[in-house]
Amino acid sequence: MKTLDLNLSEARPLAAAPLALALLLASFPAAADSHVFTATNEKWKTECGGCHVAYPPQLLPASSWKAIMAGLDRHFGTDASLDSATATEIAAFLESNAGRVARDGAPSLRITETRWFIREHDELAASIWKRPQVKTAANCGACHIGADHGNFSEHNIRVPK
Amino acid sequence: MRFPAITRTAVAAAFMATAAAAAPQSVAGFSPQVGEQFFKSTHGNDWSCASCHTADPRSVGKHAKTGKEIAPLAPTANPQRFTSAEKVEKWFKRNCGDVLGRDCSPEEKGNVLAYLLSLK
Repeated sequence: MKTLDLNLSEARPLAAAPLALALLLASFPAAADSHVFTATNEKWKTECGGCHVAYPPQLLPASSWKAIMAGLDRHFGTDASLDSATATEIAAFLESNAGRVARDGAPSLRITETRWFIREHDELAASIWKRPQVKTAANCGACHIGADHGNFSEHNIRVPK
Repeated sequence: MRFPAITRTAVAAAFMATAAAAAPQSVAGFSPQVGEQFFKSTHGNDWSCASCHTADPRSVGKHAKTGKEIAPLAPTANPQRFTSAEKVEKWFKRNCGDVLGRDCSPEEKGNVLAYLLSLK
């Protein structure tokens, strides 16, 4: 069974409700198989989606999003500054829908470095990532054809040749 | 100003009036030629404007890092461009940061806009 460090529930009471968490985890395999994220925010979609797939908030823990949003002027090598009202709204959306904190501590700022990402993609040959249509592991949409709509289902994958 | 009459792009005109006010020496001086040169040159960093927007801003561009498609920048090919002053400022801030490592001057912005608006 695959285990993702993801909060696959759109509901929020996880931290406050251990029973709900236990129930969620009990149903985890079915939830994990869907890999569909529906939480949305207009500004998140427009601003984050302006340059890359608007990565679903569930893919990183809140501490990672906080750090990312605090350094938008140096965002993975580019300037992605936002006015503060927009940044505040997007940060709140990301943090309130974030994934669970990874057990091994230090939050990664790169989704592709998280343990669950590596595990989920470990069957792929290194050469696939280098194909020109893929270019970078950050380019979810190259293979996950529904990535723009938060759909990362295993039934919705076309690896470019 | 040397670029053709702008009726559709009121926002761009307003922006350029502001830019001109901030740089009085260039009131009549926005130049599509200088803007084109600026657009296609690097300015100390790896990227020029053309790195993502291509050397023909009427074409679909591609983000140099992520590969994401970028809609054409020239209003002749994409009427949505320069219709929101907020958006114009946001992208000038970001992209000038990447290309020049600083904010663009009002004159630089005016010249680039003059260039983009001059394309048919």
